[in-house]
Amino acid sequence: MPTRLPETDVVIVGMGAVGGVAALPLARAGLSVIGLEAGTWLTRRDFAPDEIRNNVREWPMAVQKANMEAPTVRATSSSATTRGGHPMMNGVGGTSLHYWAQSWRLNPWDFKVVSETRRRYGASRIPKGSTVEDWPFGLEELEPYYEKIEVEVGVSGQAGNINGTIDRRGNIFEGPRRRGYPMPPLRWTAFLENMAGAARALGWHPFPGPAAINSRSYDSRSACMYHGFCNSGGCHVDAKNSTMVSTIPKALATNNLKIVTRAHVTTIEVDSEGRVAGVNYLVDGTDYFQPAKVVLLASYTYENVRLLHLSTSKPYPDGLSNNHGQVGRHYFSHHTGAGVSALFPFNLGAWYGLPAQGVGVDNWADDNFDHAGIDFIGGGNLWVYSDRRPIGAAGMNTYGRAPSWGSPWKAFIHEHADRSHGSYLQKSTLPYEDNFLDLDPAVKDPLGQPVTRITGQYKENEQKIGAFIQDKMEQWYRAAGAIDVTRGPVGGTMGASTHAYGGARMGDSPETNVVNRWGFSHEAPNLGVLGACTMGTSGARNPTLTAQALAWRTAEYLAKNWKAVARNT
Amino acid sequence: MADDKPLKIFTRRDLLKGAGLVGAAAVASSAHLATPGEASPAAAAQAGRAAAAPVREAFEHLTAAEGDLLESIVARLIPSDALGPGAREARAARYIDRALGGALASSRQAYAAGLAALDRYARISRGKPFLDLSASEQDSVLIDVEAGSATGTPGANFSGSSSQFFAMVLTHTRQGTFGDPYYGGNANFIGWDLLQYPGVRTMVTAADQQAMEKGQLKPSHKSAYDYEGFNKATVSADRQGGHHAD
Ligand SMILES: Cc1cc2nc3c(=O)[nH]c(=O)nc-3n(C[C@H](O)[C@H](O)[C@H](O)COP(=O)(O)OP(=O)(O)OC[C@H]3O[C@@H](n4cnc5c(N)ncnc54)[C@H](O)[C@@H]3O)c2cc1C
Repeated sequence: MPTRLPETDVVIVGMGAVGGVAALPLARAGLSVIGLEAGTWLTRRDFAPDEIRNNVREWPMAVQKANMEAPTVRATSSSATTRGGHPMMNGVGGTSLHYWAQSWRLNPWDFKVVSETRRRYGASRIPKGSTVEDWPFGLEELEPYYEKIEVEVGVSGQAGNINGTIDRRGNIFEGPRRRGYPMPPLRWTAFLENMAGAARALGWHPFPGPAAINSRSYDSRSACMYHGFCNSGGCHVDAKNSTMVSTIPKALATNNLKIVTRAHVTTIEVDSEGRVAGVNYLVDGTDYFQPAKVVLLASYTYENVRLLHLSTSKPYPDGLSNNHGQVGRHYFSHHTGAGVSALFPFNLGAWYGLPAQGVGVDNWADDNFDHAGIDFIGGGNLWVYSDRRPIGAAGMNTYGRAPSWGSPWKAFIHEHADRSHGSYLQKSTLPYEDNFLDLDPAVKDPLGQPVTRITGQYKENEQKIGAFIQDKMEQWYRAAGAIDVTRGPVGGTMGASTHAYGGARMGDSPETNVVNRWGFSHEAPNLGVLGACTMGTSGARNPTLTAQALAWRTAEYLAKNWKAVARNT
Repeated sequence: MADDKPLKIFTRRDLLKGAGLVGAAAVASSAHLATPGEASPAAAAQAGRAAAAPVREAFEHLTAAEGDLLESIVARLIPSDALGPGAREARAARYIDRALGGALASSRQAYAAGLAALDRYARISRGKPFLDLSASEQDSVLIDVEAGSATGTPGANFSGSSSQFFAMVLTHTRQGTFGDPYYGGNANFIGWDLLQYPGVRTMVTAADQQAMEKGQLKPSHKSAYDYEGFNKATVSADRQGGHHAD
């Protein structure tokens, strides 16, 4: 029998990028919050600039609970299943500890893919088999929450549209915002200036991207040191605004948040009326039951969906909040593959910097260009950044100019180690009826629970965007002086992803969505779900700022409507 | 140059045979270098890239024969040549040897099988042990191993394809040549200097960035762990204690 603990107001499962944000408005509102976190506290001392540890041996992912429950992957219901790694982190702050910290707002179109496509091009242009819906609200509803996160977490960047006034130094395609960023953008290197110049010469609109990284000291934390180990590494000066250093300390300071580390939540309990009653968790093999008036799931897409599937009960025989069969549906891994890399005849000076320090181009993203004559919807963001480490550099493509070892290779790498660049191309990705998450029938974690199984593949629309955006990227590289360009494949099976959307989609209809417009279950009213698993579209940019804005909004709604949402005991 | 015989090195055997005072002194200094995080630039310079005869300490996980063979392979993958020292001088084999007792332990068997098979393949196809071949003969053996054409040679069992073995050794050789010296390779920052990487820093100012862009940033020859304050373990003590909420 688990030890039954005293009841609390709110339990948050996972103290990562989104759980760590949701805790703050709740704690400030005076609610008693318990954050159950499977990982432990890390500090800046844990974040050595060490490529072997961070990038070769992947310590953020390697030592973790997440890795022992890595999802299995298959392209379709009839293909064979394989198992890869799990890209996320367990720790207070979650994956925001070692993420890249690009902190984008979605563009207006991303909220209205269906209605805007119909309006501009006709209903037939929605890809066959896609289950995409408009969001239950538009960008303007989320705008104040984006601003909240940009200030409370700390985001640097250059605004491109303040109240409808376009500022050409920023992204002219972004939706209107009430205020600029609280910090100026990260600096550019000579190579980034060169790329921006080439984009302008093509008639495009380059801009510095937004980052949850301090471009100057902020909230008494240091400015970025640009030392080059941000990619899959934590920050040694707390300039990366993980929730560990931003929202969580502020929430702890209220004394209304208590964090329990090494707490591995296994299931969610419900009462006879189908409201959630609390969660079961394990610390070092000992069982606890934590009763709560509200439970918020914030353990990342794969674990959120798995916990719902595993929490079966009389009211929910097929898994919690799954009486409409929507848990796990509308899943998609963001299409960030189909890369392009280029070789330049000069050094790029990319040994230092960080992946969030870069030049973006949005001319070919979303519906920022006319799709009338083309056979796909959506597009991609072009992103060029400064990031290189020696082992990675030594593994560079030799573009057919040298073998991969021996003296000729040595001469090649001596000259070219700082001359290649690989781009990061994020593309609009849609949900489809046959891409989904469920429980693997065979593979189990060390507790004997089935792991998540991903069934998914990129369809024609995503692959066409892939090929299209590769053309644009090649054009840009060549305009900046590249002498050789190579391309990766345009996309097949959806693997386990750092940008995993859907599975507990948000929308007004319970027939096609798990949570309502506020992030609470259509079926179990005091269960909230946080994270990109509630997002029905990806846009062409990283999800975290949006997931954090949604988390703040859900938490604020809960605090304001406490009596209506919370379970009375 | 590339076709020269491999440089004669002082092996453990030579030393045991009494290679003399020079060798013994060098052993002492390389033992110092072997201490993680203590690759002091002064000692490094002494033991030096200029020295034609690097000396090494005993392997920890590979046998002496395996170690000798691996040394001669990495010396062909990233050779010492007119451009400067290579993987042997960077102690890539020492990196691999140490890692085989830890992070790469699951590859220990593949090394045992692959190294034995490679040597067997050299004897069968070239009539001599790999170590006794000229540099260009060694390269031609490695080309076969890389291409996979050494796979399935009777008596040479790579336990998988020979190209898999080759890819593994090349990957680890690069890690050992270009990784942080803390892990036992990249001795004297040979790998980083080869790439013209200006080194691990904890701060890069705009002025540093501009100096680098002009090729004027002086390399910082430091391991991550030469900087104060970084834990070598992966996870620090739990700040809040792991106790349950009560
Ligand atoms: C290398 C890398 C780079 C990235 N770069 C960017 C970027 O530039 N911009 C961007 O927007 N996004 C980026 N991402 C994605 C970003 O990290 C995620 O979107 C974000 O962290 C998701 O937030 P989350 O809170 O849902 O999950 P997480 O941040 O992963 O937090 C989940 C937390 O839940 C805990 N947990 C899990 N299961 C349980 C359980 N059963 N019981 C208790 N606790 C549990 C975990 O330990 C973890 O702390 C990147 C990711 C990676 C890996």
